[in-house]
Amino acid sequence: MIAFILQRLLQSVAVLFAVGLIAFSMFRFAGDPVNQIVGVDTPYAERVAIRKDLGLDDAVAVQFLRYAGNVVRGEFGTSYQFRQPVSALLAERMPATLELALCATLFALTVGILMGVYCALRRETWLAKIFLAISLVGISLPTFLIGILLIFLFSVTLGWLPSFGRGDTVRLGWWTTGFLTGSGLRALILPSVTLGLFQMTLIMRLVRAEMLEVLRTDYIRFARARGLTTRSIHLGHALKNTLVPVITIAGLQLGSVIAFSIITETVFQWPGMGLLFVQAVQNVDIPIMAAYLLLVAAIFVVINLVVDVLYTIVDPRLRLSTGRAA
Amino acid sequence: MTEPVLSVRNLRVAFAGRRGTLTAIDDVSFDIARGEILGVVGESGAGKSVTGSAVIGLIDPPGGIVGGQILLKGERIDTLSPDAMRRIRGRRIGMIFQDPLTSLNPLYRVGRQIVETVRTHTDLSEKAARQRAIDLLAEVGIPAPERRIDGYPHEFSGGMRQRVVIALALAAEPELIIADEPTTALDVSVQAQIIALLKRLGTERGTSVMLVTHDMGVIAEAADRVAVMYSGRIAEIGPVRDVVQNPLHPYAKGLMGAIPTLAQETDRLAQIPGSMPRLSNIPQGCAFHPRCPSAFARCLVERPDPIPVGAHRVACHLYDRSEASAA
Repeated sequence: MIAFILQRLLQSVAVLFAVGLIAFSMFRFAGDPVNQIVGVDTPYAERVAIRKDLGLDDAVAVQFLRYAGNVVRGEFGTSYQFRQPVSALLAERMPATLELALCATLFALTVGILMGVYCALRRETWLAKIFLAISLVGISLPTFLIGILLIFLFSVTLGWLPSFGRGDTVRLGWWTTGFLTGSGLRALILPSVTLGLFQMTLIMRLVRAEMLEVLRTDYIRFARARGLTTRSIHLGHALKNTLVPVITIAGLQLGSVIAFSIITETVFQWPGMGLLFVQAVQNVDIPIMAAYLLLVAAIFVVINLVVDVLYTIVDPRLRLSTGRAA
Repeated sequence: MTEPVLSVRNLRVAFAGRRGTLTAIDDVSFDIARGEILGVVGESGAGKSVTGSAVIGLIDPPGGIVGGQILLKGERIDTLSPDAMRRIRGRRIGMIFQDPLTSLNPLYRVGRQIVETVRTHTDLSEKAARQRAIDLLAEVGIPAPERRIDGYPHEFSGGMRQRVVIALALAAEPELIIADEPTTALDVSVQAQIIALLKRLGTERGTSVMLVTHDMGVIAEAADRVAVMYSGRIAEIGPVRDVVQNPLHPYAKGLMGAIPTLAQETDRLAQIPGSMPRLSNIPQGCAFHPRCPSAFARCLVERPDPIPVGAHRVACHLYDRSEASAA
């Protein structure tokens, strides 16, 4: 197991290196950062000096290797627009994004699995058909539209929930949390639903399809022939087997929840990393863009690793043989 | 004579389809006595497995029992509520399926699956149930059961898994076991062991077995009596030696004639011409008449009912005395 994890970690480094390289070669098309830094009347000589100072004169490969070297030492550079270390900026924004992603994922998993199981077990009921119809909406409507519709309904028309921001937050060390205040929790609801809705419908449809598949298997029939209660067959035998593939998808989706939070954070003006990234793109703030992309890639890599490990915990067939086999 | 463990009376099972109802089991009657092994043979689609599923109450919609009675020790079980029937499954009627590789939940240790079954049907504590699971595994011939109980299904070979499946079916000491092709997926040498195990259940525990198979060799070796099914009906039923050595029904004759033997050397294997009719297209009269070498006018119009002939019961007009004397 440890050898397996080490091997995966080595692969991860290669993945991160590749992501950094691709990101860096694309930044050249994002615009000229110097234009964003200087005023309109800055003389040409000064612009050249700034450009040289930032190292933007060098070839892309040189810039990338210099950046990679800094990253290895834990330095992510200084933001062009804020004149602050990128790591501090990201650390300040990270709690907001992670709390949002966590809530969205919990929402997607609990509601998605419950609705999926219901739809599989009570296939013929009206409620199951309504759930399926809702899931179609969730899958086909884009995130920003869902967010705007939710704001229109719950904030503008009904006035129940805030339409932007995190509400009041509490500082715990360097971490700021919205979980401890009423307004913070209320502010979490709409963005979490918006961000998690797509994953929820995906998980619901996956759980439904997998469960219908599992219910047809011989071991479920055999479990019924042994007189086990319907409850223990459905919620024990069937659900556990259903969740094996769901874990993979849900895990990978957690990564995309963090990555997709860019859109949700923009719609709800959520002060997280995604909003920071969007602003960085507008201002050609290369250090922030690079660090954010690396971070998202790292999150994906870590989640993949966790999913693989979880897989072997849930499914004994994937465990390495311990010499007990017949 | 004591009351039979299982008594099936004029059972009819039908499946509602888009183009009308298909009758899979039509007017099937048989008894199984205590400790007896009744073999049920026939081609694929003859209704063997459906009969087994009907007895244990596992026919899924759109199918269902539409007529007749199923009695377990004299009490009707085909009309019980789903929950009452669930309590009978596993507790009083056990079932073994064809493929041991897919019958066990791959994610649970075999011990947990046995303990779960035992505790569903008895008041035993977790610890006592685990001890019982070890005893069961030992009884079905699994070596080192106290160690293997914590193994996962994929760590067992096919034959060993079928033993686990049998242990599971035995978990609550049912009076009747329905074995649906229990040896089909196994090697011949393992087949013999599993058959010996099933036979031992009858002699040692008095468990009755309904052995569904298409393998006449298995029937000849294991069963006390045999029912030959064709197109959802019993063509012939009787003591296994009689039926194998002296079959009466033309279909049973064909079936026994189709077993190749080493004693006679033949260039061509014997076979019954034609194939079994589809359920949607069962011919009028005797379902076997299009393939029957001895069919006559009556077979084309009138469905034969089982008639006792010696120790057999045969559903064939050839053995109807009134017909024979009239002819």
